[in-house]
Amino acid sequence: MGIGEKKDKQKANKALTAKLLFAVVAMFGFGYALVPLYDVMCDALGINGKTNKVAIDQPHGMAIDLSRTIDVELMAHIPSGMLWQMKPKVRTLQVHPGQVIQTAYLAKNLSQQDTIVQAVPSVSPGIAATHFNKMECFCFTRQPLKAGESTELGLVFYIEPDIPDSIHTLTLSYTVFDITDSVEQEPKSVAMLTNSTATPRRSE
Amino acid sequence: MKTSIESNNIGSTIESELVASDTASSHDDHHAPSGWTRWVFSTNHKDIGTLYLIFSLTMFFIGGAMAMVIRAELFQPGLQLVEPNFFNQMTTVHGLIMVFGAVMPAFTGLANWMIPMMIGAPDMALPRMNNLSFWILPFAFLILLASLFTEGGGPNFGWTFYAPLSTTYSPDSTALFVFSVHIMGISSIMGAINVIVTIFNMRAPGMTLMKMPMFVWTWLITAFLLIAVMPVLAGAVTMVLTDKYFGTSFFDAAGGGDPVMFQHIFWFFGHPEVYIMILPSFGIVSAIVPAFSGKKLFGYNSMVYATVSIALMSFLVWAHHMFTTGMPVFAELFFMYCTMLISVPTGVKVFNWVATMWRGSLTFETPMLFAIAFIVLFTIGGFSGLMLAIVPADFQYHDTYFVVAHFHYVLVSGAVFSIMAAAYYWLPKWTGNMYNQRLSLWHFWTSLISVNILFFPMHFLGLAGMPRRIPDYAIQFADVNQIVSIGGFAFGLSQLLFLWVVIKCIKGGEKAPAKPWERAEGLEWTVPSPAPHHTFDQPPKID
Repeated sequence: MGIGEKKDKQKANKALTAKLLFAVVAMFGFGYALVPLYDVMCDALGINGKTNKVAIDQPHGMAIDLSRTIDVELMAHIPSGMLWQMKPKVRTLQVHPGQVIQTAYLAKNLSQQDTIVQAVPSVSPGIAATHFNKMECFCFTRQPLKAGESTELGLVFYIEPDIPDSIHTLTLSYTVFDITDSVEQEPKSVAMLTNSTATPRRSE
Repeated sequence: MKTSIESNNIGSTIESELVASDTASSHDDHHAPSGWTRWVFSTNHKDIGTLYLIFSLTMFFIGGAMAMVIRAELFQPGLQLVEPNFFNQMTTVHGLIMVFGAVMPAFTGLANWMIPMMIGAPDMALPRMNNLSFWILPFAFLILLASLFTEGGGPNFGWTFYAPLSTTYSPDSTALFVFSVHIMGISSIMGAINVIVTIFNMRAPGMTLMKMPMFVWTWLITAFLLIAVMPVLAGAVTMVLTDKYFGTSFFDAAGGGDPVMFQHIFWFFGHPEVYIMILPSFGIVSAIVPAFSGKKLFGYNSMVYATVSIALMSFLVWAHHMFTTGMPVFAELFFMYCTMLISVPTGVKVFNWVATMWRGSLTFETPMLFAIAFIVLFTIGGFSGLMLAIVPADFQYHDTYFVVAHFHYVLVSGAVFSIMAAAYYWLPKWTGNMYNQRLSLWHFWTSLISVNILFFPMHFLGLAGMPRRIPDYAIQFADVNQIVSIGGFAFGLSQLLFLWVVIKCIKGGEKAPAKPWERAEGLEWTVPSPAPHHTFDQPPKID
């Protein structure tokens, strides 16, 4: 093999190596891009039981479909070891699609410490999530509760009339997370933070 | 001292290297290697291949010892020998070591040794990177194994490290686990880049892509899979790291993340990974079966296309690992059908091997025996995979010993058996000596029998509902578990025979000719045995 030929080969090797290294970096980026992609897919396909994160107003003139009734079951899940009580005021609601429903959860901080929680909703069956719209929800904001304090957490929602016919029961479940530590670590004031995620946006 | 060195392979390679030095003067790194520096600074593909193979064998025994702990604990119901936390560390580290320490480095070792010789290249394209990619590997596993001795123990969340087990509930040593996986990933990415550049740029004139041996083809595709998914694994472990130590919430629902997303990201890596661990096996078996059937490989082109389609489809099936996470029905159906579709190209391969043997004049040397065992047992593993692909059935099988039986059939009697077959097939080329055939037959038959006693009853345990990854079980599973454990110990002991055969073969034995298998084909058999330090400095002629 001549010297020139060898140089050419080395050049070709370097060029291909550079391309492959670029592919490696791109795939590392793709791994991270899966995170927003996942949310976009869940939103677009209405899977995974994720509901709207900001308040939605009901469009004017939405008709109530009296011919259908959907049982809405309300649940709350407190992680084990957390001294906090939360339960729905009413366990099961009979709801006509299109009807605006007002209800609430009752929460009590059983611990000796002031606690800030974040409730994360999930709708089951997941396919119903995009048809379940919250107009007002305590889950839009962080909920601070002093030691021993109890409160009523309001919830206003409606179900879109175009919800698939196959759905007769819908479960709304809240999981409550203690985020006191992570909020305190942040430098900004709690008051600002409790509203930061919850600026109500008009629905499209 | 001198005579003892010269009597073994290393000595004879040095000799041939000195003889070959005239023709190899174009090599930058050319000097007669000696002592330990030969191995540490080596940029020679054969030396690095040897290092990979020895490392892999070492890890195979360390990971195997952990499996013995698991089987000893499960010999009887109740907690006998180890704490549950230690049991969990054993299942986790056994998995990590076998996947990243035993199977993958064995394939990389085989690639290093064989690919340049199969395509008529003098060495790998990037020899220095080759050295680096091997030498970071021992450190990765030292870190991983050291984490077992830290306070609170090593990783105990399963090799799949699902969040929040690996974030909220993981031991303090999780950072060590993350860094060791980073290093393993970097190592295999470098190995993959090297393979691709070598295959694309270093082929001898006339060695067109469609003339390449199947082993080269399957490794080329494996390398692309590695480049596509190892960075995603690196991303996943990095997210676990920042979630645990730096307050991010990728997988923490309280902070807006989603633990189910972990499974999507992990299995986006994890499913192609299982093909990374089996495609090179297909290549090995495609080399061995024709050599002992006296026929050309049946359907070479369809083999190539089947490999490519398996690789492409492996990106479309990841969610079949997660049927029970509450996916919508259409997604379950999509992943179910895609998964079943993969059995078509895989079936093409199995039929091609059988067709290669059909009306051939078969001889049953040890490599062929392992290859045939591979075909039969891998197919059994494939069938149980098809059962697991069925969504409603999977709800029963999920997280039971049925799954354990399935992936051990494809990985132990599949991937590991093919590596054993490869070792027996090429040991004469590597060492210049024939292995002890009697011992190798003992190794084969004890392995074949014990592997089935070990893994076949696990199917029944799983169907009866025994969950995996639990150190204790209900007493109705006691008898079958005892049988499984006995099979496990027997299989573990059988592998000591393999170690014995390999050491004996390196030390000496009947001298092997350049082509110990009469009917084998390929450029590697045109060079003397043991293969000299430098081969194909002048590219071979290919017709």
